[in-house]
This record gives sequence, structure tokens and C-alpha cells, in this order.
Amino acid sequence: MSETASERISTEAVIKAARLSRLDLTPAEVARMTSQLAGMLEHFADIDALDLSAVEPMTRPYPLSNVLRQDVVVQGLDRDEVLANAPAAEEGRFRVPPIVGLDG
Amino acid sequence: MFHQSLDWTVEMTTIPSTAAAIADAVRSGVLKATDVLEAHLARIAEREGEIHAFNLVTTDEARAAAARIDADVAAGRDPGVLAGVPIAIKDNMCTRGIATTCSSKILEGWRPPYDATVVQRLAAAGAVTIGKTNLDEFAMGSSTENSAFGVTYNPRDITRVSGGSSGGSAAAVAAGFSPISIGSDTGGSIRQPAALCGVVGVKPTYGTVSRYGLVAFASSLDQVGPFSNDVRDSALVLEAISGHDPMDSTSIPQGPLSLQGVLSQGVEGLRVGRITDMPGGADPDVTERLEAAFDALQAAGAIMVDVQMPSMKYGLTAYYLIAPAEASSNLARYDGVRYGMRVNAPDTNAMYSATRSAGFGDEVKRRIMLGTYALSAGYYDAYYGKALKVRRLISEDFDRAYTKADVLLTPTSPIVAFPVGAKSDDPLAMYLCDVYTIPTNLAGHPAMSVPFGTGAFGLPVGVQIMAPTLGEQTMFRVAASLERSMIASGGGR
Repeated sequence: MSETASERISTEAVIKAARLSRLDLTPAEVARMTSQLAGMLEHFADIDALDLSAVEPMTRPYPLSNVLRQDVVVQGLDRDEVLANAPAAEEGRFRVPPIVGLDG
Repeated sequence: MFHQSLDWTVEMTTIPSTAAAIADAVRSGVLKATDVLEAHLARIAEREGEIHAFNLVTTDEARAAAARIDADVAAGRDPGVLAGVPIAIKDNMCTRGIATTCSSKILEGWRPPYDATVVQRLAAAGAVTIGKTNLDEFAMGSSTENSAFGVTYNPRDITRVSGGSSGGSAAAVAAGFSPISIGSDTGGSIRQPAALCGVVGVKPTYGTVSRYGLVAFASSLDQVGPFSNDVRDSALVLEAISGHDPMDSTSIPQGPLSLQGVLSQGVEGLRVGRITDMPGGADPDVTERLEAAFDALQAAGAIMVDVQMPSMKYGLTAYYLIAPAEASSNLARYDGVRYGMRVNAPDTNAMYSATRSAGFGDEVKRRIMLGTYALSAGYYDAYYGKALKVRRLISEDFDRAYTKADVLLTPTSPIVAFPVGAKSDDPLAMYLCDVYTIPTNLAGHPAMSVPFGTGAFGLPVGVQIMAPTLGEQTMFRVAASLERSMIASGGGR
């Protein structure tokens, strides 16, 4: 994998991002991802030369904030209809494997 | 000449090619919604095999809806402004009880428990949903090649891509499968496929069309809009689907857009801006059509002005950091717990990873990784934080440009439809397809693509009209003027 390591992004950083993303990547996928992400970050370096110290970040296009509705009860989604979509459900709840790892 | 006439005859009944004409005929009882529907289903049966616009054709539901429209008309009730108009919906918009896949394996088996607001409003206006259209997985792509269910081919040349990510919706209209379709546009996903397929495509101002029920990709950029064969049909559909929705907290608190009334107003005295420092890279056949559009508008009485957008060239970088960052957060919800597929594993963390690794395609994984990296400790300021500041610079460029011009014109896509497979191994080359469409998403402004003749290989070229926030009326006046000049020059629409 070391031959794909780049100045822009290291193999270790890719493996860490994959873990944070909850994605299992094979060594071959890590190598390909490292080289593709490095190529993109290389292109994205065009903004490095800009002086942005006095610029406010823009997070959204239209200035609306704290949009609240009236605090009244409305019909929500039907529980059975929602749970019918779950890979596993039991007694009106989503069923998942143990939260704590079996090896820990 | 693409639209010599899409009108066709079924059992002695002529079905018009536009939604406006279909709705008029159905409302007045001249045509039955069921006949309109059957004619379109016949078209689909004929050509869908080679185009693959749809992930699902909802034949039974559509027949039931059309029968209800006909019953309404027979009983003297007006079904609405889109009475009996078949509409194709991009498969990233929720349809109650009907599979919604985002062209991803990860949503396998999911049937949404509610309708998107857009879907509700279309039905309330009398439209008949005929199916769910193919897209790049989770709307990430510019060619509709990144779909778990296969490529959508361009109806103008089936060896070429339909554009993306709303390629199925663009192809459905171009092939005559439905006079209207609905797409979503995060960085050009309505306008670019519209240009490549030779149809009209509109991305309205951020916040004018509800995003409730649109599966989120990049929430500060996503916007829903129509495809159509002509400018008026897009105006008609936008009037029906726009306006405040309490279910979307980014919805602008105002009524629906009013557009059809301005289409005949012309462009006399309107200031049309040319961006003199626009990023290069457009093919000569495309820029030639842009020049022809400037000439046509000038001949119609518009005033040409030069503007500068010095930060526009940084749009691609800002977008491809911001959109993946938002996507990495939005797509965290696909974890095998509440919907879609699950790959079983001994504990939840292993189950999340196994499910996501099996469920997402390569491009989606790439963007989640890029976004996660750009947001992670140590890199946030260098990438995501900086991209948000560049977004401000681009928005300010637009603000200055719109003091001098009422609209700005660019190519929609730097190139005509490319052969299937030509860019699939080079993500960055694919991203460059969006260079002219991305800036308006960053600013939240409206923009639309109008077919304006042909370029290389006789393939369609689209011209992009951009306008400031809520400048849809001016934008549509310019679009209608370009359309009139095309018809007058004998080039069809």
C-alpha cells in the first residue's frame, strides 16, 4: 500500500476515515481510495492560495433560523408501518445485535 | 431538430406532447386520463428496454389514479391543473408504499410510510405518477452510470449517457415516456441531464420547493425541480409544487411561484450578463451555441453586459468538499437498523460496517470517505471550514454580478453527452462536468437549462440561465424568449 501514499493523504488517514465512516475496506480498496482521494485533494489545493481570514463561513443559502411549528399534537407515522420496514423488529421495537462487542 | 412533434395517435385519439395541452383536454372531457396513460405505457413498452429510464413502472397504481381522474371529470369535479398528466418521479423521492431505492442496494425492500410533499402536491393537482426513475446512487454522479440497477441510456443516442444524477427523469421526458418528470439538483443533477437529453430542466431557488420526502444528499444544496419538453410546462409544474411547507424547516415562507403569466412578456431591456472570466473547458460546439443564445436575446431586445466572477473557478473545490461533508453526515442513517438491508454480525458496530460496506457502491463510499476526512479533527479548518468561506466568496461574486445584470448565461454542460464508460474510471473528470452548474447551488439561486440547438454528432446542447434568489420570473422570460427564437429559426424547441 505504501506506493500509493501521498503527500496529501496518508494510508493511515484513509484507514481512520474508513473506520469513522463505518466502512470495511480491503487493502486493495484502501490503496485505490488513497490514490483517488489524493488526486482530488491535489485539485482542491487551488483554494490554498486564497486569503480567507476576513471571510465569514456560509453554511446555508437562505437566512431562516429557529423555524418552529405550533406545539400541538399531530398525527405521526404509523408504528407498525414503520417497523415493517426494519430488518428486524420485536414487540414494537427495532431489534439489533448486542451493543457491546462479544470480544470486549 | 429534436421535437419535430411528440404528438402521437392512439386509436384515433391524438395525445398532445405537453402537459398543459393534456391537462386542458382531460379537464374539458375531450381526452380521458386513462387513454393518455395507456398511450404513454405503450411508449414505455416500446423503448424502455433500450433506455432504462425507470427503476419501477407503477402500472397498476397509475391505472387506478387515472380512473379516479376520469371519474372526477365525469362527476363534474375539476381534478386540477395537471389533470391526467403522467409524471415520472426520481427514485430518491418518497412514495408511500411504493419502493424507493435511491438506486442503492442499501435501501432494498424499503417502502416509505409517507409521500414526499412534491408527490402529494402533484397528486392533488391531478397528475398521475407512472414510475420511479433511475439515478446515480443517492444522486451522486453526472452520468447515471453509478446505479445499482444499471445505466440509463440517452434517448438521442443510446450509446451515450443521459447525464446525471437525474438521468432517468431526463431520459423519460426525452423518450416521450411522460411529458413531465421530477428530479433533484444538488450540483447540476437536473440541469446537466436536461442539457444532454435535449429537454428543459429547472433548479428553483433553494427553499421554494419542499425537500420533505426527498432523501437527503447535501441538505444545504439539494433542491427539487421539473423536467419538461417546453418552458411553459416547467412553469406550470413549478406553480403546482412550489410554496411553503411546514414539514421543511428550510422552506421559504411564501406562496407558490407565479410563472406562466410572464412567459409572453419578452426580454426587451433585460440585462443579460456574460461572465468574462468564466472557467474554461467548454467544447467549441457548446460555446458556439452559447454565443447564438446571446445573439438571439440581443435580437429580442435584451441588453448584453459583461460581469466578472473571479471566485467562480473555485466552485468545484468548495462543492466537492461541502457536498461530501454533508453527505457523510446524512448517510450515517443507513446502518441496517431501521430500514433497508442488513448484513448480520455479532455486534452492532460490526453490523453497521458490514451492512454499509455491502450496501453502498464505490462512488458513494468515495464521497462518504472524502466528507468524513474533510470534517475530521485536524482537517476541518483546512478543508470544510475553508470551503464554507469560498462558498461566501462565490455568493458575493453573484451579488455583485446581479447589480449589473438581471440574468447570467453560461453553457449548462461543458460537453455534449459522452459515450457510456468514457469517464467512469476517473472521478475528477466526471466532477468537471458540473463546473457551470455548481455555483448556483452554492449560492442557493435558481437556474435552468434550455435546449438550444445541437453540437457535435448532432447531440443536444443546453444553455443555462441563472438568476438571483427568487428571480424565477425573469429567468423564465429569458427561457421563453430563447425557445421562441429556436422555433422561429426552424430548430424546433
